[in-house]
Amino acid sequence: MKTITVNDIIIDWEENMNINVILQRMNYTFRMLIIKVDGKLVKKNEYESTIVSPGADVKVIHLMSGG
Amino acid sequence: MNKKEFFSAHDPNIISILQKSVIGIAGAGGLGSNIAISLTRAGIGKLIVADFDKIEPSNLNRQQFFTDQIGIPKVIALLENLNKISTFTKYQVHEIKLNEENIPFIYKDVDIMIEAFDKAEMKTMLIETWLTNFPNKPIIAASGLASWGKNELLHTRIIDNLYICGDEQTNLQAGISPMAPRVGIVANMQANLVLELLLDEKL
Repeated sequence: MKTITVNDIIIDWEENMNINVILQRMNYTFRMLIIKVDGKLVKKNEYESTIVSPGADVKVIHLMSGG
Repeated sequence: MNKKEFFSAHDPNIISILQKSVIGIAGAGGLGSNIAISLTRAGIGKLIVADFDKIEPSNLNRQQFFTDQIGIPKVIALLENLNKISTFTKYQVHEIKLNEENIPFIYKDVDIMIEAFDKAEMKTMLIETWLTNFPNKPIIAASGLASWGKNELLHTRIIDNLYICGDEQTNLQAGISPMAPRVGIVANMQANLVLELLLDEKL
């Protein structure tokens, strides 16, 4: 089974797995995010078009107000 | 007070490293005002701070300002306060709202960038702008510092050159500001990380 890693959690990879699919699979409903795939920044307007490969390392950072 | 007197409690080996460093701070509120004070006391060579806000009474619950500074632009009041602590840091302040266009210009010469905004939208904008324009320069952000207690949840997450300080889980409730202790802790985690990156030769 092919997998990817999202915030150090290993999940199954699937065909045409884009960022929106990953966020749904992780139940991440946050709005303000910074996302990096294999060290590369993925902006919000690229979530749909960014397809991840098996073995990808995805980092999702949720920015919360307060400061 | 001369420079030798100010730095008399410092390890002599680190003074020159600190004095030649330039640190950017985006925001001069709860995080930014605390970070600037700690880095001034640490002896950083130059701080570049930007904020467009003026001091309101509600800021005094966590921000390093005083009652007689209400109504003054935060960067002006901060400059006044920092100069009372030390003149051995150079201060460059900008009373301006930061955006994708001006951030790369204002902060082009910094060694390390610090995200010290209040609103999540601004935090995201700054981090995206920074990672796009300066992918090889560290940026230290804060997320999850509302409420009180829960010291054990505070941590630093490192993702390449992006560092996140906070608990990454405590959301701000609408209309309620964070409180001084937890904002101060996270601000000082960010400032402490600056020293670690500079002095442990991680840059």
